[in-house]
Amino acid sequence: MNWSWILPPSFSTVSDDIDGIYMVILWITGITFFITEGLLFYFIFKYRHKEGRKATYDHGSTKMEIAWTMIPLVIVLWIGALSKGVWDTVKVDVPPAGLEIIVTGKQFEWTVTYPGPDGALGTSDDFETLNELHAPEDEAVVITLRSEDVLHSFFLPEMRIKQDAVPGQDITVWFEAIQPGNYTIGCAELCGIGHTTMNGTLTVYTAADFQAWSNSQTQQQQP
Amino acid sequence: MSTIEQEMVHAAEGGHHDHHELPFIRKYIFSTDHKMIAKQFMFVSLFFLVIGGLLATMMRWQLGFPNQPMPGGMLLPDAMMAPTPNGAIMLPEFYNSLLTMHGTIMIFFAIMPLLVGLFGNLLIPLQIGAEDMAFPRLNMISFWLAVPAGLLMLASFAVEGGAAGAGWTSYAPLSASGEFTGVYLGQQLWLVSLTILGFSSLVGAVNYITTVINMRAPGMTWFRMPLSTWALFVTAILILLAIPILAGALIMLLFDQTIGTGFFRPEVGGEPLLWQHLFWFFGHPEVYILILPAMGIASEVLSNRARKPIFGYHSMVLALISIGFLGWIVWGHHMFMSGMNPLLGTSFMISTMAIAVPSAIKTFNWLATVWKGDLHLDSPMLYALAFVSMFIIGGLSGIFMASTPVDIYIHDTYFIVAHIHYVLFGGSLFAIFAGITFWYPKMFGRMMNERINKIHFAFTFVLYNLVFWPMHNLGLQGMMRRIYDFTQYEYLAPLQPMNQFISICVFLLVATQALYAFNFFWSMFRGEKAGNNPWDSNTLEWTVPSPPPHGNFPEMPVVYRGPYEYSSPESDTDFYPQTKPPPRKPPVQDLIPEPVTPTPEGF
Amino acid sequence: MIERFSELRNTALLVSVFVIIAGCGGGDGGGGDAGAADAAPAESPVDAATAGNVAGIVTFSGTALMMAEINMNSEAVCAAKHSTPPTEEGFVSGENGGLANVFVYVKEGLESLSFPTSTSAVVLDQNGCVYVPHVVGIQTGQELTIRNSDGLMHNINASPTENRGFNVSQPVNMETNRSFPVAEVMVPVRCDVHGWMNSYIGVVDHPYFAVSGSDGSVSLDGLPPGDYVIEAWHEQLGTMTSNVTVTTGGTTEISFEFTEVMAGSPVPMGEPIDLLHPDGHQAVDH
Repeated sequence: MNWSWILPPSFSTVSDDIDGIYMVILWITGITFFITEGLLFYFIFKYRHKEGRKATYDHGSTKMEIAWTMIPLVIVLWIGALSKGVWDTVKVDVPPAGLEIIVTGKQFEWTVTYPGPDGALGTSDDFETLNELHAPEDEAVVITLRSEDVLHSFFLPEMRIKQDAVPGQDITVWFEAIQPGNYTIGCAELCGIGHTTMNGTLTVYTAADFQAWSNSQTQQQQP
Repeated sequence: MSTIEQEMVHAAEGGHHDHHELPFIRKYIFSTDHKMIAKQFMFVSLFFLVIGGLLATMMRWQLGFPNQPMPGGMLLPDAMMAPTPNGAIMLPEFYNSLLTMHGTIMIFFAIMPLLVGLFGNLLIPLQIGAEDMAFPRLNMISFWLAVPAGLLMLASFAVEGGAAGAGWTSYAPLSASGEFTGVYLGQQLWLVSLTILGFSSLVGAVNYITTVINMRAPGMTWFRMPLSTWALFVTAILILLAIPILAGALIMLLFDQTIGTGFFRPEVGGEPLLWQHLFWFFGHPEVYILILPAMGIASEVLSNRARKPIFGYHSMVLALISIGFLGWIVWGHHMFMSGMNPLLGTSFMISTMAIAVPSAIKTFNWLATVWKGDLHLDSPMLYALAFVSMFIIGGLSGIFMASTPVDIYIHDTYFIVAHIHYVLFGGSLFAIFAGITFWYPKMFGRMMNERINKIHFAFTFVLYNLVFWPMHNLGLQGMMRRIYDFTQYEYLAPLQPMNQFISICVFLLVATQALYAFNFFWSMFRGEKAGNNPWDSNTLEWTVPSPPPHGNFPEMPVVYRGPYEYSSPESDTDFYPQTKPPPRKPPVQDLIPEPVTPTPEGF
Repeated sequence: MIERFSELRNTALLVSVFVIIAGCGGGDGGGGDAGAADAAPAESPVDAATAGNVAGIVTFSGTALMMAEINMNSEAVCAAKHSTPPTEEGFVSGENGGLANVFVYVKEGLESLSFPTSTSAVVLDQNGCVYVPHVVGIQTGQELTIRNSDGLMHNINASPTENRGFNVSQPVNMETNRSFPVAEVMVPVRCDVHGWMNSYIGVVDHPYFAVSGSDGSVSLDGLPPGDYVIEAWHEQLGTMTSNVTVTTGGTTEISFEFTEVMAGSPVPMGEPIDLLHPDGHQAVDH
């Protein structure tokens, strides 16, 4: 059983940023946790009723109120400011695409459409895979995310990517993997009876291997 | 004279006049007495709390022992549990109904009516010195609307297609068309039930607000009201403003399901995100509805049991109001990944970060209340201290998900499940235990058995943490919510032992509640008889008999001070009731020195 | 005044409660006389001595429609059950131009008779992540046993228009039973976990239906003598009808020849209840 609060490893260009913010929050909340819970348990122990104990008649302290209003406010706003930068990187500033694909969620599978040799989507040489996303490393993969029926959520845990797929909308998601390997695709929004089966595989190749795979797919799907 | 004045006169005369002997049905079934209505809410809500717990237990069976025959499963119909030679296996559609109905029943039919229906009704008139609510008949209607709503919700399990299965958040389009979930009538019954319950809450809110504004006894100024009343007052305002939004959304979804409208269905031009905006615009104030009364109860119990004024009373009130206000502008934090404009993600993140502050203020004030107190660690105090302790954890975990980039990873994982249960169970439910135990003598004239409660507390506290703390870890390792069989994901298969551990702890935790249930009923008949004020408390409800008579106060109470004057130097005991007149000041003449009479020789 | 109002109100409430209970009790308490079909199996209204047969051949002429290979990589357990990769079954033909998976049934001519429901169940199996059979016929009220022979999660999503639909799951080896009370040609069934899986169920209120094999042959035996309209339905090629006369003791032959120009024509699926397109509907491409 893994009790660690350290995030599992991740392999994309935004991993360090996201995991970094997480660690900042972990430190701040962790220290706060130990101090407040520690004080609470200490006070319970120290001030428990004993014969002759009298409570202190104290209504409060404006100074303390100001202190413990301003300090938390500053801290949380600082965390917010840090977070904004990373959020913009992931969700707002989409880099130029190395590979453009379409991912369509439907009950209960992910269909991935690749542009084929001509590099353009929407042409006759496009090909599809089911529940498999193949991508080259070190290239920004820009995804147009769609849904055919209900809300799904496209989740690549090891890439730290998650985005709801909304029927009727094309939503842009991107990631850039930094290491070849086999990773997970998941659905993270309840989408019906088969929600639990909407798992797939993200396979990241070296650039050369990806080209080889892409060629083999093109050959297969063009009889 | 109005009826109310007549009743007060009669109560003052202490008489049991014949025309006030109410028939059984008017006294116990269709009662307009706020104390009886409070008990009615309490009994019905505790029943639904048990149901909600059973639903969770079944969910945890599937998660702890995936696809294995469930004990007792053969008793359930085939549509829920598939019969196989070894026993009955849970079907995914039933699992989806379980998670939907667990959330719905716990939030709408257990926690909310316990906090608002029980404590709102019980405490508000008594604590402000009123003989009943402003609109007693409306109060009765509030309860009797909740009952059919609950029955409809339960009935939905029995219809073809089963109970609603799109989550308690009922996101469209999944919830908008039966073919997406396999649930048809059940989804509609869910909507109708909640709409009726919404009306129940609305009329209750109108009553509470009016009562607090208009019916405070002389001397009961706003800033002499107990924090439990303040919290319930702010909660009532939230209910008044938020429930209509929910009702509107529910009706729109019902139309989408039944008459072909396209509010949320994209195939006919609707927008799925509209449902989320409407739902969460209600939904976020709703979660503050679920915690504010608990905070009020905790303040009450902590101050009394520490024999010390609440630290920073005015800040506590301001914090309640701030939470109530800020709660309206954070709803988008439930929608960071929804596909809404990412710029909104940033704005909602800022407001969400800000709303952490008043909660922190309250927590520090509770700590400071306990500091240098004289802590009587009996069971209400233990529950209230546990509330603070668990609320700290729930609140701190909220900061992770408030940060939009971190939320990318933890949204819709068990990290969120851990957070919500720390605030709802660790927070609200522990406060409810504290409140029921604390005001039990006022309701029933007897004390609950202390030893049983302490055992219940110890087991519940430990088991509860063993259940929900590891869920943080499950979420951090990527386990999604609402997932029938996570072992389908290879990277999640190693989480099986932890899930099984959690499930076993849940079974024990649920079993432990039998202790409190037993104590609850046993003490009604065998509990130690309680006087007016077993806790040596200051607030007005403890100046009248336990239980109070119809009309509450024999004569109009007069309030001289705030509610938290514990260990005051002006009192010869460690409490100083609000209605106790201050010591008579010596007459002014005694303070003027004797005039110096002039002697014949001069001054 | 208030007391009297309360008493009146209470009385009214109690009376309405009793009225509601009485009303519920008097209604359909389950079962009841639903018709001859629910009683003990009645005798068939057909006199075997006078009955005749219909023998049919369904063929296709033209260039065969190309069917794509099904990629089962996402479900290795099922992929392993197929020695050669399976193809989609929208068009299956055999030697001599025989067209398989055509649902042939008596469309008109039996209205005056009512037939007992067969007590045996029709089995729709999920094996190797394909429905077996791909097209099947069933009587109204007859039991459909849906079987999961794969031992992994399937859902069975039936979307009829005349009957009530259902969407149920089978996570393990198990069986689920359903039936359709209303005649409907055809009820589409699909699995959402494995999007390539689909099948069609033809529901008719008499036992005279058949599904062609790859040799294209069908037979409808034991029909009372008379004139009938027989319809042949194919999921990609649409429908064809033929008028036949059945004679006592005789076997009338019919043939349906589907041609490639019929490919892609609208395929009727029951009567649509479609608020948006009340004048007709598009072909459903499941």
